[in-house]
Amino acid sequence: MNAPIVEYRGISKYFAGIRALENVDFYCRPGAIHGILGENGAGKSTLIKIMSGVLSPDAGEMLLEGRPVSFSTPDQATRSGIVCMFQELSLIPDLTVADNISISDPPRRFGLIDRRQQVRRAQELLARVRCEDIDPNALVRNLSLSRRQMVEITKALGRKPKVLILDEATSALTARDVHTVYDLLADLREQGVAILFISHRMHEVEALCDTLSVFRNGQHIETFAKGDHTDRETVRLMIGRDVEAQFPPKPEPRPVEPLLSVTGLKWENRLKGVDLSVGRGEIVGLGGLDGQGQKELLLALFGVLRGVSGSVEIGGRRGIPLSPFDARSGDVPMALVPEDRKSEGLMLGMPISDNLLAASFGRISRGPVIDPRLAAKAVSDAVAKLNIKIGSPSDAVTTLSGGNQQKIVIAKWLMIDPDIILLNDPTRGIDVGTKQEIYRLMRELADEGKAILFYSSDYAELIGCCDRVSVIYDGSVVNELAGDAITEEGLVASSLNIDVEAV
Amino acid sequence: MLNRISAENKPIVISAMFIVVILMAGTAYTVSTAGTAPLLSPNYLLQQLQTGAFLGICAAGMMMVILLGNIDLSIPWTLAAAAMMATAVGGSLAVPTALAVGLAVGLVNGIGVAYLRIPSMIFTLGVDTVLRGLMVAHTGGFAPQDAATPLMLFLAKEDILGIPAAIFVWAAVSLVIFGILTRTGFGRALYATGSREGAAFLSGIRTRLVIVGAFVMSGLCASLAGVLLTGYSAKAYQGMGNAFLLPAIAAVVLGGTHILGGRGRYVGTLIGVILIVLLNSVLSIMQMPEAGRQIIYGAVIIGMLLVYGRNARVTS
Amino acid sequence: MTASSFPTRWLRQNRGFAGALVLVTLLYITYNMMHPRGFSTAVLVQNANEVVAIAFVAMAQTLPVLLGGLDLSVGAIMTLTNCIASEVVNGTPLQILFGMFLTLLAGTAFGMMNGLIVVYGRIQPIIATLATGAVAMGLALWVRPKPGGDVDEDLNWALTNSVWDFFDTYGLNADAVWLRPFADIPVPLIFLFGIAILVWVPFRRSVTGRTIYAIGSAEGAAYMSGLPINRARIAAFTLGGFFAACGGLYLAIQTSSGNADIQQAGAYTLNSIAAVVLGGTSLFGGVGSAIGSLVGALILRVISFYFRILSIDPLLQPLIEGLVLLTAVSFGAFRTLRVRNKLDLFR
Repeated sequence: MNAPIVEYRGISKYFAGIRALENVDFYCRPGAIHGILGENGAGKSTLIKIMSGVLSPDAGEMLLEGRPVSFSTPDQATRSGIVCMFQELSLIPDLTVADNISISDPPRRFGLIDRRQQVRRAQELLARVRCEDIDPNALVRNLSLSRRQMVEITKALGRKPKVLILDEATSALTARDVHTVYDLLADLREQGVAILFISHRMHEVEALCDTLSVFRNGQHIETFAKGDHTDRETVRLMIGRDVEAQFPPKPEPRPVEPLLSVTGLKWENRLKGVDLSVGRGEIVGLGGLDGQGQKELLLALFGVLRGVSGSVEIGGRRGIPLSPFDARSGDVPMALVPEDRKSEGLMLGMPISDNLLAASFGRISRGPVIDPRLAAKAVSDAVAKLNIKIGSPSDAVTTLSGGNQQKIVIAKWLMIDPDIILLNDPTRGIDVGTKQEIYRLMRELADEGKAILFYSSDYAELIGCCDRVSVIYDGSVVNELAGDAITEEGLVASSLNIDVEAV
Repeated sequence: MLNRISAENKPIVISAMFIVVILMAGTAYTVSTAGTAPLLSPNYLLQQLQTGAFLGICAAGMMMVILLGNIDLSIPWTLAAAAMMATAVGGSLAVPTALAVGLAVGLVNGIGVAYLRIPSMIFTLGVDTVLRGLMVAHTGGFAPQDAATPLMLFLAKEDILGIPAAIFVWAAVSLVIFGILTRTGFGRALYATGSREGAAFLSGIRTRLVIVGAFVMSGLCASLAGVLLTGYSAKAYQGMGNAFLLPAIAAVVLGGTHILGGRGRYVGTLIGVILIVLLNSVLSIMQMPEAGRQIIYGAVIIGMLLVYGRNARVTS
Repeated sequence: MTASSFPTRWLRQNRGFAGALVLVTLLYITYNMMHPRGFSTAVLVQNANEVVAIAFVAMAQTLPVLLGGLDLSVGAIMTLTNCIASEVVNGTPLQILFGMFLTLLAGTAFGMMNGLIVVYGRIQPIIATLATGAVAMGLALWVRPKPGGDVDEDLNWALTNSVWDFFDTYGLNADAVWLRPFADIPVPLIFLFGIAILVWVPFRRSVTGRTIYAIGSAEGAAYMSGLPINRARIAAFTLGGFFAACGGLYLAIQTSSGNADIQQAGAYTLNSIAAVVLGGTSLFGGVGSAIGSLVGALILRVISFYFRILSIDPLLQPLIEGLVLLTAVSFGAFRTLRVRNKLDLFR
């Protein structure tokens, strides 16, 4: 075996004190296709971002061909030969395919971009990935997602990579394109390129990679040659054995009247007919891999999306809320704890008190005027109820830790006493202690008779918290697990949409 | 010392200190040339505040819009249109007419920005041009012959207890705006929407109504300033509002309101207005030509923003 | 998606610009048909002269708009350079050339200052240019406190008439056979389109120019792709200053004077935004071109020509202009109707 082309020693990265990567040693060799496996949040994408210069590690060193390097911009990484294809496409929609393929270093003539040469270069590269059907002069904006992904691959190819990173690069591709990409990657391997391949599709990783690395909880667990472990063993490595959090006991299953029921919910091409129901006193989980439509489902129920079709019954009344205001103010009030706390849940520039009161100005006012005593009482009640650690309510909300910020978002909604609570990954990026408080709170709220719909990217949470779990794959519910049937194996298998027996 | 002041109050403190500097520089000038210190006499200052009231009221309205991260460029002709319509109607209906014009313009602006989602910069510019066209067509291009009504004259020129009535009007507007911003749900929703509209929307705040409300307030303030200015000049005239747009924006921004919205205190806007009014009057005492005034204006805005700008870099 | 022929593809990708081009052609042909002396060199020369300054200012405004911002100082920079030119563009031919160079340099430098303040001062373009616009007006008033000035008479005559007159003025053989096909073309149009093509087209095809589009279209992707973002921003404002200076220089030559009129500067800035929108440039950045804005400016001016021949009350002009602007920007509202996720409206 040849020497590693890139090597990472003791890489650590923390976000607001939360571990994303800890003391990771990792290397890859030229002429290998190296698959990276791990659950959501295992640290895969942080590793890739560090490799490609988007993030800088807090500790550790990087070696490229034996020499230490550090990158402060993606450009530097690219110029050194580490080229990454991101999940979020790095294409510029208003420029043409040819422009995008040669974006930062186009062929020039008299110092100006030589368009003809650029088109020719694009055609040659596109031909290598058998995408002759893509017009180099078309605007990227007008291409379908799968074509864009192929352009993104072409762009990466044109940069003559020594290390090529594909992060979910094939998620939108057609079967034919996937095979083209496989052939291409095999070609590159022959030429001595090191390829890192991240995919949630197990069978892809199986078919393609010769080396596999498993990550879990920000740590590098094991690297092994394909075939050294069975599928079952690999899945076990990914899930791990450690139980991080204690969950409150679940009540005995009992029949419940559905408070929220959804039938055939469709939106654009993201939701393809979702059926589920949540009853009073019930916590229903939404499982599945990231980006299968869970977020869209919650937004649709909360009146954020336009053009939603299908039937929704809330407290026996049919109809999808028209806006968050509508959802919040109905006879059966709803609340949504959104995915991104920093951009959707909080007004970061504002004080704690205003963030807490943002959904309930009406309740603390007499006429149009806020009653400062009612406001102060509401704030102190909320802080006490959720045990939020704050200095003063007039401090900026940015002074709080991630966990306490998330509690603010939850407390904001509890002030309006909602009957249905939609939670979008509420424990992402917060500490274990706060996580446990949130689990207990969820159970308490359920016991008070509220209906909770809970999306989490962490399977352990779904298992520990939920009475039932609906697993979403590609915009519809593929499996519903209840009671003891909610197991790690079951969830992982359903998430990948494969039969449990096959694992 | 400045380090201990909160980021929100820093622009206010710096602006207030700058006001003191302006007063001292102006007084030093008058003492050295004429041997008097008119700048420090209460009467002179009250007189400056009286003329400052027009700008102050415009700036109060402008602040509502800037808190949302928007801008209202239609203030000049909203002001002029309100004044012209008021004098054209005359009598006891004059002032209500002016306010109705301001309300209508604010509604149009708000709908364009909140519902059609057209950038406020462009939409209000278009509305301003249309208003100008309407007014020019209305007057036939001549100076309107209608005179200000007695109420307008009283509000702009008379004194109450030795203090100009215009200052009372400005104070009343300030109290209302201050109350709205600090004590009402609408005020808090305004900050929330300006801070992050997406988060405010997901909290169930009807952000589009908030935006319309802010533009309506801006239109009302401009029309009220038009009423006062008409009283002050005894008539309405073409282009009477032109001198207020840029100083109003400058006053709001100098007072520490963030141009992208969400942050700013009304006290800051008050200080910003006083700063600009005094800067103007000191420059005119010094007989500074228009050229120098413009340059100093621009330089003061850029300079002060660079000071606050450094602040933003650290926190972001 | 299959490769389509060049004209269809161009049409699909430049709908706004193509529409503006068709509109201005139709408007102008109709105008000439209604004009008693339509399709004559005299009319064309007169119209061309009225178009140049606003067309340059509109081109200047295009660059900041492509970035997704706005430059409120373009009118003021044009006024400043107009005043400078009215002082320095006279004397010996060499002095005249030097004066023209100085004028263009002043505007370009002012634009560059805008760019530096925006990039390194981290001040929003709108506010920064509002303040620098005041500075530019102050400088203009300082250079020329009262309207007036002295611009070379020959230059004025040569540049504001037809090619024939240009050759005639400078004692060249104006009746040469090779010149005949071009003799009736107005010099102002050559000046305008010459600079537009010589400066804009190469710039559009440089990496810096392309980066401006990339920033306006998707700033994050531009960063990920390793494009020179700061350099492009500064270049955009600098080139904007240059175009505005071309407008100021021409206005000085055309009117033989400079005029530091604050109202006029404001009107030019306002009209430049309208022209940019009419020319098919998106206010959200990333789509459009300076040539489009040039055409947008032509539309605005041709509309005003109609007021003269139809003897419509010129007082209605601002009203019509405002309505045209509002109608044009309202097309942008269709975007909001297509949005399916309301959260996308807030980004």
